[in-house]
Amino acid sequence: MSENKIYGINGPVVTVKGKTDLEMMEMVYVGNSRLVGEVIGITDDATTIQVYEETGGLRPGEPVFSTGSPMCVTLGPGILTNIFDGIERPLRDIESVSGAFIAKGIDVPAVSKDKKWQVTLKVQEGDIVKGGDIFAECPETAVITHRALVPVNISGTVTKCVPDGEYTVDDTIIEVADNQGKVHNLTLSQRWPIRNPRPVSERLPSQKPLVTGQRIIDTVFPVAKGGAAAIPGGFGTGKTMTQHQLAKWCDADIIIYVGCGERGNEMTQVLTEFSEITDPKTGKPLLDRTVLIANTSNMPVAAREASIYTGITLAEYYRDMGYHTALMADSTSRWAEALREISGRLEEMPADEGFPAYLPSRLSEFYERSGYFKNLNGTEGSVTLIGAVSPQGSDFSEPVTQNTKRFTRCFWALDKSLAYARHYPAINWNNSYSEYLGDLADWYRDNVDKDFIKDREELCAILAEENSLMEIVKLIGADVLPDDQKLIIEIARVIRVGFLQQNAFHKDDTFVPLEKQFKMMQIILYFYHRCQEIVARQIPISKLTATGLFDKLVKMKYDIPNDSPQMFDELKKEIDAKINTILR
Amino acid sequence: MIIEHLKLSEINGSLAVIDGVSNPSYEEMATLHLDDGTTRTGRVVKIEGNRVTLQIFEGTRGISMNNARTSLSGESMKLPLSPEILGRVFDGLGRPADGLGEVFPLVRRDVNGAPINPVSREYPRNFIQTGISSIDALATLIRGQKLPIFSGSGMKHNELAVQIVRQSTIADSDDFAIVFAAMGVKNDVAQYFRSSFTSANVMNRVVMFLNLANDPIIERIMTPKCALTAAEYLAFDLGKHVLVVMTDMTSYAEAVREYSSSRGEIPSRKGFPGYLYSDLASLYERAGMIKGKKGSVTQIPILTMPNDDITHPVPDLTGYITEGQIVLSRDLDSGGIYPPVSVLPSLSRLMKDGIGEGYTREDHQPLANQLLATYAKVQDAKALASVIGEDELSQSDKQLLTFGKAFEKEFINQSFTENRTIEQTLDLGWELLSMLPRTELDRVDDAILDKYYKG
Repeated sequence: MSENKIYGINGPVVTVKGKTDLEMMEMVYVGNSRLVGEVIGITDDATTIQVYEETGGLRPGEPVFSTGSPMCVTLGPGILTNIFDGIERPLRDIESVSGAFIAKGIDVPAVSKDKKWQVTLKVQEGDIVKGGDIFAECPETAVITHRALVPVNISGTVTKCVPDGEYTVDDTIIEVADNQGKVHNLTLSQRWPIRNPRPVSERLPSQKPLVTGQRIIDTVFPVAKGGAAAIPGGFGTGKTMTQHQLAKWCDADIIIYVGCGERGNEMTQVLTEFSEITDPKTGKPLLDRTVLIANTSNMPVAAREASIYTGITLAEYYRDMGYHTALMADSTSRWAEALREISGRLEEMPADEGFPAYLPSRLSEFYERSGYFKNLNGTEGSVTLIGAVSPQGSDFSEPVTQNTKRFTRCFWALDKSLAYARHYPAINWNNSYSEYLGDLADWYRDNVDKDFIKDREELCAILAEENSLMEIVKLIGADVLPDDQKLIIEIARVIRVGFLQQNAFHKDDTFVPLEKQFKMMQIILYFYHRCQEIVARQIPISKLTATGLFDKLVKMKYDIPNDSPQMFDELKKEIDAKINTILR
Repeated sequence: MIIEHLKLSEINGSLAVIDGVSNPSYEEMATLHLDDGTTRTGRVVKIEGNRVTLQIFEGTRGISMNNARTSLSGESMKLPLSPEILGRVFDGLGRPADGLGEVFPLVRRDVNGAPINPVSREYPRNFIQTGISSIDALATLIRGQKLPIFSGSGMKHNELAVQIVRQSTIADSDDFAIVFAAMGVKNDVAQYFRSSFTSANVMNRVVMFLNLANDPIIERIMTPKCALTAAEYLAFDLGKHVLVVMTDMTSYAEAVREYSSSRGEIPSRKGFPGYLYSDLASLYERAGMIKGKKGSVTQIPILTMPNDDITHPVPDLTGYITEGQIVLSRDLDSGGIYPPVSVLPSLSRLMKDGIGEGYTREDHQPLANQLLATYAKVQDAKALASVIGEDELSQSDKQLLTFGKAFEKEFINQSFTENRTIEQTLDLGWELLSMLPRTELDRVDDAILDKYYKG
């Protein structure tokens, strides 16, 4: 094999002169300090490599080592609760090697090679297995059982099994002889190229919602398990807060949180907070079901581009075990900017705002890896993608937001003016949408209440009407409106402040079960209908405001604990009593 | 043996190209000796075989193909550091500029630094009292935070920065230091900061890095890197709490743009290079605290928004990286309010975990929410009043307007020397909210209202 030597260096882009035997997208080690890189362009006289670490100090003439395989991640037990950089190097182990600052060229295994897992075999000698089948299990954390899968390209007869017991990720668990008679040693871990989706048996329709406990999402703009949603918003509008809330409370089995080009302190916060908060469903720390991928904004830009793919590959791996996974990517704009930066270094022809012309196709490839699937081994699992978008200058017409909108079916637009008024989550109800509503209608009817969808429509109609009334109010003030319109404005205020706005720091309000969400919506609408009776009798609306019921409804999110739905009946009685007094 | 290269093969903007260099390394430093006896400093920014592109910090004016001898140093840019740097003034490249001679280095650090491992970071939670109500109550500064001031030309951002530096109780003990980096600011501004530090009697704790408006532009790209390297040394080696004031980040970004365009790179918005985000992040992310180390780096970058436009790429990208921002408002400034903090777009992301019971006071968060929510309503009422006139407003809108005026005059406004404690600030907030009927306060729960509401 001819030796490859560095010829040119320009930021994270390194070129090798002459014909090489390197393959497109092959992973390579660059220089004497063995920096991780990937081949991104080959011509007859030069090969271009993007390097995932800082290139300062590299010299021309240093060797480039070929690995013969594309950029891969290791899949196996030990991934959960871990925190990785963009190319699956565990940051805790890096810390023990290089201290508080990340040094270059560190080679640490993704999952611990020494830790022994309590393995239970699921196959026996003589069984026929095929790619994707589960051959063994081990408890990975207190809440998640790791299922070891046969690599997808291997099938055959199990010729040898070890007894149940404790094994490391490198110990052979079973031996499989394929029909050519070749024997494969299967361990708990395997490798997978990050840019290739893991195969599935078939795609199923997404008909179950991802329950997040956030009212504006679950009730107004729900996302399905296996769906894709975008959260665009300028800085300070609460993208990261919303992502954190979803990561904490959504009912997926596994959360992959990718901090892509964002703040270091935020990742530290997730790490500490998730080890402290206990999951209400399991009573164990949230970290037990979480993987963090941290490629902060000052870490090398090429690894930022890879971090999104690393994340989705891990999500697909757990999906193949039959879990519902959710991937939070914060923020996909930083990923797009990394694409732009590397494209610029390659002197490619730019399209919109300097972004490369392949931006839309990369985005669509990424979002299409979400979905609700039947896996190769017959289990069902899903990958839900929730991508934050940071539009430049808060301008939603920029290319990343626009292209993301095309490939996601759920759009939670964050609004600066709501954030300024500290209305969180600052999701604007007028220009957000969810296309999943139709697919999920049956589920809501069967699992929450038959009136759920109808009530939701009415709620949205009131908000829409308020929006158009506000145009008038802005010009002439609210005093001149007729009473029925004043009522709409008052009720809409109750919906906005009492229902849509949700306090992430309140112990009850941070996560609200669907049942309470529905009861809250129901009682607001019930109150609205009773108020309409009063307005119809020409009784002035000031009598209604004097009852204090509006404020009572606004504060019910705090006053009624999540586990006491019967208190809504008492509230209803109180409404009836007060309104009947006025009517009398 | 140091090899000198006698010729340059190409000069373009701040870039010079040399051919026939053996064994260069990426980002290493080079020295150019000109025939007239002066020297310039450069850095390797591109290598193609043995053809090397150098970025010349002092500019290429006066350099010809033949009048400069170049020698490569073999290592990247390092800053000499020792505890002696306190009280010293350096130029934009970290060379002494106060005539007191070279620093005898205990260590030499790469100015590019290395990213802090997120696992090693300590999540910042220690409240810094600045004595300024609008900041303490509504956009609290936390030790280890990066909180920029978004300002415009002619507004009082320098005074505000000085007041913060002077009044901040950044450390419980004497272990604090200030690193001041000036990028492309006028001589008067640098002088103002220097005399303020002197009159506050802290000059022996200050390290200054000055690249003034008439200094070489490419040097400016290195100035914040040098300043932050010094700050990291003071914080993580010497265990001091360091406050870094960097002004003006807009000039810094413009220097990056100038350099980028001379390299012929593809521009993105407003001609700034596509990597401006990563570049700014590599500076701002150097703020923070590290587990097991005593010191901290807190950053207050100041930037002027061209044409007061907050969507301009520099404030925009800064806002995406920093943990909040303090935005100054032209309206308040011309209305005679000091500090002219526009409280609605101002924000501190780390505030939520550094305030409340055990840190400041239990009512801090609800009070801040309520003040901001009410002040947002004041803006709506103002807009309505400008259409239909104040007389036509409803009673509640009129009350809001009165509240708004009082809030600006008494809460936001304070004198340059007034240092309010957090209790005074919070009590003042409640006093103002008590002007409104209790039913208007929908962000606060009843227990807190019972305790603090006085209406």
